[in-house]
Amino acid sequence: MNARMKQRFLTIKENEPIARGVFRMVLQGDVSAVTTPGQFVNLALDGRFLRRPISVCDRSEDTVTILYKVVGQGTAQMAEMRTGRTLDVLTGLGNGFDVSAAKGATLLIGGGIGAAPLYWLARSLRENGVRATAVLGFNTESDIYYESEFSAICDGTVIATADGSRGVRGFVTDAMKDLQYDYFYTCGPEPMLKAVFHASASDGQFSFEERMGCGFGACMGCTCKTVSGWKRICRDGPVLRKGELTWED
Amino acid sequence: MGRLSVDLCGIELDNPIIPASGTFGYGYEFAELYDINVLGTFSFKGTTLQPRYGNPTPRIAETPSGMLNAVGLQNPGVEKVIAEELPKLKRCFHKPVMANISGFSIEEYEAVSALLDKEEQVGWLEVNISCPNVHGGAMSFGTDPESAAAVTRAVKAVTRKPVIVKLTPNVTDICEIARACEAAGADGLSLINTLLCMRIDLKTKRPLLANGTGGLSGPALLPLAVRMVYQVARAVRIPVVGLGGVSRAEDVLELMLAGATAVQVGAANLVDPFACKKIIEALPEVMDRCGIDRLTDIIGQAAR
Repeated sequence: MNARMKQRFLTIKENEPIARGVFRMVLQGDVSAVTTPGQFVNLALDGRFLRRPISVCDRSEDTVTILYKVVGQGTAQMAEMRTGRTLDVLTGLGNGFDVSAAKGATLLIGGGIGAAPLYWLARSLRENGVRATAVLGFNTESDIYYESEFSAICDGTVIATADGSRGVRGFVTDAMKDLQYDYFYTCGPEPMLKAVFHASASDGQFSFEERMGCGFGACMGCTCKTVSGWKRICRDGPVLRKGELTWED
Repeated sequence: MGRLSVDLCGIELDNPIIPASGTFGYGYEFAELYDINVLGTFSFKGTTLQPRYGNPTPRIAETPSGMLNAVGLQNPGVEKVIAEELPKLKRCFHKPVMANISGFSIEEYEAVSALLDKEEQVGWLEVNISCPNVHGGAMSFGTDPESAAAVTRAVKAVTRKPVIVKLTPNVTDICEIARACEAAGADGLSLINTLLCMRIDLKTKRPLLANGTGGLSGPALLPLAVRMVYQVARAVRIPVVGLGGVSRAEDVLELMLAGATAVQVGAANLVDPFACKKIIEALPEVMDRCGIDRLTDIIGQAAR
């Protein structure tokens, strides 16, 4: 069981573009409720009724780093925010990855902005002595972020681009073909997760995204069906185990 | 009785604040965050006879000053609620709870009510005849006075607990429905449920919600709720529970001035899980500022 969710006011220490339409925001304050890679925070934005759930990319003693892609009005508003202002944040949401489940050679398979939570996971695996290889898929070269960051802490980093402008031409599943692995973790758009589910040769964990109302299990807005019953992506997830998924053809 | 306390159908509430059904689960997610015994009571997740998964996702969309939901009455079914949820609730909530029920036939409303009538912790039955997100049930009972009365009569026949009928704003004349429920024996009314709405995704050019339509909640609803509570409170003699867009202590006072005996808080719980606690804590100071001694003094004052 994770620590309880906390509502905290965090200060923006950094908010900078790191790739085409992708920003890194560092938030400082009491982040003690954020305990596990794969958890997310839920940000209140002025003038927007619903919060914005964003996964945690990294954590230090008193900061969380989030990466976000500008896709709508909320994220566009975030991109305009100056350092020094405070945000109302629900911290420590979701179950996060089970880091202890990794065994042997481990793949971290990320698609687009979905690669973000795999970074803190990679750091945690490294601390546990697990050998991890990052497989990161993007649409095109200008979308790539955190390649050197992953390279610094992973045994290897393989880039795939859909248009072939960098690395393997195609999807992460194309890049996975030649790799040997015993376990994997993945996060990305649902079509990618589905492709990884069918292409993967080992057990693994999947981190999902869904439109959420509350982010902490109250509204039933993000429920999905699994082998072990109905699950709320926000509270019982966002990480589900491969064996729980109902994508068998 | 304290400054904040009110009487709702013969049961005293320490304060009029009631988290609305569907925004508070069965209570224990919030009990992890604060002592939920500070609440007047709360209305638990709408419960049906059979388990219901609800609608496909996306079930949620944002709107200016609010949100749409099309959850579709996801719940584990009344038997599991009684066997699993209520025992868990009993450990963290020691007051009578409001049991929100829904159905697809009069017989279903009757069956669920009869089962929950036996539960000691249930103080009131709140009969939802107003959910806009399911087909062939719920709201279709709430848009026709005769059907609304038939559900009310059927539930009243199987319970001795106070019956509060939850009304939809998606009607031409809400007073007509309110009077029909009162005549059929309702002990109270709660209003308003969500307003039937739609949003369309500019990228896909399709409705944003998988269900197509959804119910609007959030601050956008407040003036509609105030108007309807004002009208209904003058049309019936039974107590009215006001809800719709409440997020501050000031909103509570506004609905009570319009005629509400108690006030439910819905969507606000989803964006601030501490919303109800903050409203309860803010009430005495806001009452002082407005020259209000006791809340019971202002119920319906705007119409007098």
